[in-house]
Amino acid sequence: MNYLTSIGLEVHVQLRTRSKMFCGCAVGFGAEPNTQTCPVCLGYPGAMPTMNGEAVRLTVRTGLTIGAQINARSKFDRKSYFYPDMPKNYQISQYDQPLCEHGSVQIDTPAGGKVVRIRRIHLEEDVAKNMHFANASGVDFNRAGTPLMEIVTQPDITSAEEAFAFLVALKQILQYAEVSDCNLEEGNIRCDVNCSVRPEGQEQLGTKTELKNLNTFKGVLNALKYEAPRQVEVLRRGGTIVQETRRWDGDAGITTSMRTKEDAHDYRYFPEPDLMPVVLAPAQVEAWRATLPEMPRARRERFVSEYGLPDYDAGVLVADKVVADFFEAAARQAPNAKAVSNWMMTEMLRLLGETERDIRSVPITPQALAGLVRLTEARTINSNTAKEIFAELFEKGGDPEAMVKQRGLGQVSDTGAIAALVDEAIAENAKSVEDYRKGKLAAAKFIVGQVMKRSKGKADPQLVTKLLEERLAAGA
Amino acid sequence: MTPDLTSLTVHGALALLESKACTAVDLVDALVAAIAARDPELGAYVSLDADGARREAEAADKARAAGTGGRLCGIPVAVKDVLNVRGQPCTCASRILQGYVAPYDATAIARLRAAGAVMLGRTNMDEFAMGGSTENSALKRTRNPRHPDYVPGGSSGGSAAAVAGGVALCALGTDTGGSIRQPAAFCGCVGLKPSYGRVSRYGLTAFASSLDQVGPMTRTVRDAALLQEVLGGVDPMDSTSVAAPVPAYTERLTTDLRGMTLGVPREYVVDGLDAGVERAVRAAIERCRELGARVIEVSLPHTRYAIATYYVIATAEASANLARFDGVRYGQRCADAADPLDLYERTRAAGFGPEVKRRIILGTYVLSSGYYDAYYLSAQKVRTLIRRDFEQAFAQCDALVTPCTPTPAYRFGEKTDDPLQMYLGDIFTVTANLAGICGLSVPCGVAGGLPVGLQILGPAFKEEQILRVGHAYELARGEGWLG
Ligand SMILES: [Zn+2]
Repeated sequence: MNYLTSIGLEVHVQLRTRSKMFCGCAVGFGAEPNTQTCPVCLGYPGAMPTMNGEAVRLTVRTGLTIGAQINARSKFDRKSYFYPDMPKNYQISQYDQPLCEHGSVQIDTPAGGKVVRIRRIHLEEDVAKNMHFANASGVDFNRAGTPLMEIVTQPDITSAEEAFAFLVALKQILQYAEVSDCNLEEGNIRCDVNCSVRPEGQEQLGTKTELKNLNTFKGVLNALKYEAPRQVEVLRRGGTIVQETRRWDGDAGITTSMRTKEDAHDYRYFPEPDLMPVVLAPAQVEAWRATLPEMPRARRERFVSEYGLPDYDAGVLVADKVVADFFEAAARQAPNAKAVSNWMMTEMLRLLGETERDIRSVPITPQALAGLVRLTEARTINSNTAKEIFAELFEKGGDPEAMVKQRGLGQVSDTGAIAALVDEAIAENAKSVEDYRKGKLAAAKFIVGQVMKRSKGKADPQLVTKLLEERLAAGA
Repeated sequence: MTPDLTSLTVHGALALLESKACTAVDLVDALVAAIAARDPELGAYVSLDADGARREAEAADKARAAGTGGRLCGIPVAVKDVLNVRGQPCTCASRILQGYVAPYDATAIARLRAAGAVMLGRTNMDEFAMGGSTENSALKRTRNPRHPDYVPGGSSGGSAAAVAGGVALCALGTDTGGSIRQPAAFCGCVGLKPSYGRVSRYGLTAFASSLDQVGPMTRTVRDAALLQEVLGGVDPMDSTSVAAPVPAYTERLTTDLRGMTLGVPREYVVDGLDAGVERAVRAAIERCRELGARVIEVSLPHTRYAIATYYVIATAEASANLARFDGVRYGQRCADAADPLDLYERTRAAGFGPEVKRRIILGTYVLSSGYYDAYYLSAQKVRTLIRRDFEQAFAQCDALVTPCTPTPAYRFGEKTDDPLQMYLGDIFTVTANLAGICGLSVPCGVAGGLPVGLQILGPAFKEEQILRVGHAYELARGEGWLG
C-alpha cells in the first residue's frame, strides 16, 4: 500500500525591529548576558507591556506580500506555562484573533510550481535563553521579548523536499519584504514541524507528530526524511501513531519521543488584559500596501527583460535578495549587464560558496565589479588578469582601475609590439612551427604561450593568436 | 501654640508650609515620631525609610523656598506595599517577595514625586491585595485605629489605618474589588477608587489587571480631589490608561448639591445589611437631599451575579499575574532545587499564603481547557451586563449613593474560617471595578461604635461628580460624626 505524507510548518521569524516587542530594550545578538533587559522583559512586579508598532507593521507587511487577509481587529492573549526562560511564566501571543489569515506561498518543486496555503500569521514575544554550567544553570534574558512572527501553513506540504522548498521560498519573501534579517545562525528563523501519513485513498489526515525547534532548513529536510518513513513503517507493521512531540537528533539522524499528548500543556489562553486590541484602519493597511517592494518572481522577469539575462541566470540571481541587489547595483554602472551577471554566476557565487561568506561581509563592492567589467570590455586586461583581480577584490577590496594602472597590468594591444614578439617566437621555435605546418594545430598554442611569456602576460591573447595565424599562413 | 502636625489634612499642611509655620522636615519628623509611638500597636507600616523621607523633605523645603515646588511640595505620603518605589522593598505583604528591592518607580509614585510629595513609608495589606481585612498579610497584624480588636479592612488596611490613626496625612491604596473604599469605610477615612484607566497601573504589582486601580486615601474629600488631580492622566507605559482630560477637581467642589440627581439602587438593600449601617447611610442620603439633591430609586438588576463574576475574573487574571513569582529572578527561592519544577513547587508552596494559593488554584481552574467557556467566558458576558446596568442607571442620575459595606468592621478571626462570608462583604464595591466606573467612600457615622462609609459611585471618568457629592456631604456632616 502507498502512503501519503502531510506536513504543516510553524515558522518563527525574528522581525527586524530595533526594540523588543513590549519594551524599549534593544534587540541584539551577542551582547553580554542580561545587559539588554528592563523590568518589563524581566517580568518584574508591576511592569506592563506596551505594543511595538513596528512589529505590527512588519507582520502586516508579511501578510500583504503573501496575499493574506489583514484582520481589522486582532488581540493578544496570555499563554501560560512555567519554564525558567519565561520571565512571566506566560507568553504574550495571539490565540484566536491573529493579525493575518489565509495567505499563500508559491514554491518550485521538481514536478513544477505548487501553492502552499498559509493559515495564519501572528505576533508574539520570544523567550530567554537557558544556559547550563558545571554546577548551576543561568538564564540570559537579552533575547526575552524579541518580536517573533509565527507563520502557520496548512498541511499542504507532501514531502521533505517540498518542506525545504517552502522554507527557501519563504525566506526569499521575508528578505524581499525586508521584515527579517533571516540570519539562520543567529536563530532568526526557527521551525516546528507537524507530520502525518495516511494510506492512499484515505481522506482524513493521519495522527500527527510534532518536531520542535528545528533551527536549519537542512534540519527540517533531514528530520522529515526520517520521520515520514518512520511513521509509514509503524503503520505497515500494523502499529498506530501516537500523537506526541518528538525531538530531532541531528547527530544520530533520528527523531525520539519527547512527550505525549497526555502530558501536553494546558496553556489556559485568555485575553491579555494589559494590552488593548490592535485595530487597523483600512487606510493604514492600504498605505502599507503601497510601500511593498518588488517580489522575487517579478524581479526575475524584469532581469530578463531589462538586462537581457537568460531566465535561469535571473532565477539564480534573485534567489538571494542581497545577491540580486549587488548584481543590480553593479549592472547599473557597467557597460554590459550580461558580463556582470557572468561574474556573479561564476566567480562570485563560487567564492561565496567556498568561503561560506555572505555577500554583505566581503570587501568587493558593486562599483569595483562594474570597474572590472569596464576593463575587460575595453580589453584593457585579459581574462586571466581579470580573474586574478577579482580574487583580490573579493579578498581585500579596492578599485580595479587604479590597481591596473598602478601595477602596469594593462593589456598590450599594440599590433606592432606584439608582431615583433610573435616574429621572435617563430624564429626561436622552429620545431613547433614545423609541427604546426604538418597539421598539429596544438603547436600554435605553445607558440602563443611563448609570446604571452615574453609580454609578461600583458598581450591580448586573441590578438596574438590572430597575428600568429596570419604569419604562419603567409609562410613566414 | 504649635499645631499637632500629625492631625493635619493635606490642605492644612500645605497652608502651614506656605506660611512657613512649619517645614516639610517638621512634618516628616512629627510623623516619624508618631509612628514610633503608635505604630507598634497599630501596625499600619511594614517598612519606613525615615532617613530617605527626611532627605526628600529637605529637598522639598528648598524647592518651596526657591518657588519651584509642585502642588504637593513637602507632603509626606504613605504607600501601600504593592506599589514599586525605586530603592525600596515592595513585598506585597508576601513572604515570596522578601528581599526584593524595586528597581523603578511606579508611574503613580513618579507623579507624586514630580508634584513634590515625600515618600514616607510602606503600609501593610492583604498579601497581593487579596482579602478584605489585612489578616492575609504574611508580615504583621494591622489594627483598626477606632478599636484595637477590630480589623482595619483590606486590602489597603495599612493605608487606611495610617490615615485614620494619625500616622499619615494621606496614603496611596489600590482597589480591585473595594480595597480602597472598604478599609476607608472600616477605619473612617476617605477613599477614592478612580475609573479604570484613569490612573496608570505601571508599577502596581498586578492582582487582577482588568480591575486594579491606584487611588488616594485621605482625611477629607478635598484632599482626595487634590491627590487625584496629580495622579490622573494617560501614561505611555500603561496601554490601558485613557487620554481623557483630568479636570481641576478641587475647583469644582461645591457646598450644596442643587441640580444633582442621586440614585439609590434598589438591589443594594440586601439580607445581612447591618441595621446601624443602613440607618447611617439613610441619614446621609437624607442630608444630601437637604443639600439640594434630587434622590430617586434606580435598579441594577445583575447585582446578584457580581460576586461570582468578580471572583472568576479576578482569580483568572491573578493566576497568570502571580505566575512570575517563581524564585528565578527575584524574591525568595527555596534552597537546593533539584530541577525547575522542584524550584517552583517548593518556592511557591513556602512563599504564598493560603488565600493567595486558594485564588491561584481557583483562577487556574476557571481558565482550564473544558471549563473556560462555563466560567471565564460566562463571567465576561455577565460583566458586560453589569456595565450596562450602570450605563442605564447613570442615564437617570449623576451618581449613586449606597452603603460601602454591609457591616462595619468585624473582630479579628471572625470571618477567616469562612472565605465565602468574607467575599460577600465585597457585594457593594466589586460592581464598580467590574464596570470600570469610579467610587468614593466617605465616613457617614457609626454603627456599634465603628465607622460607616457612604459609597458614592459615578460614571467612568466623572470623578468630579462623586467628589462634589462627597465634599458637600462631608461639609454638612461636620466633624463630630464619630460620636
Ligand atoms: Zn526590556
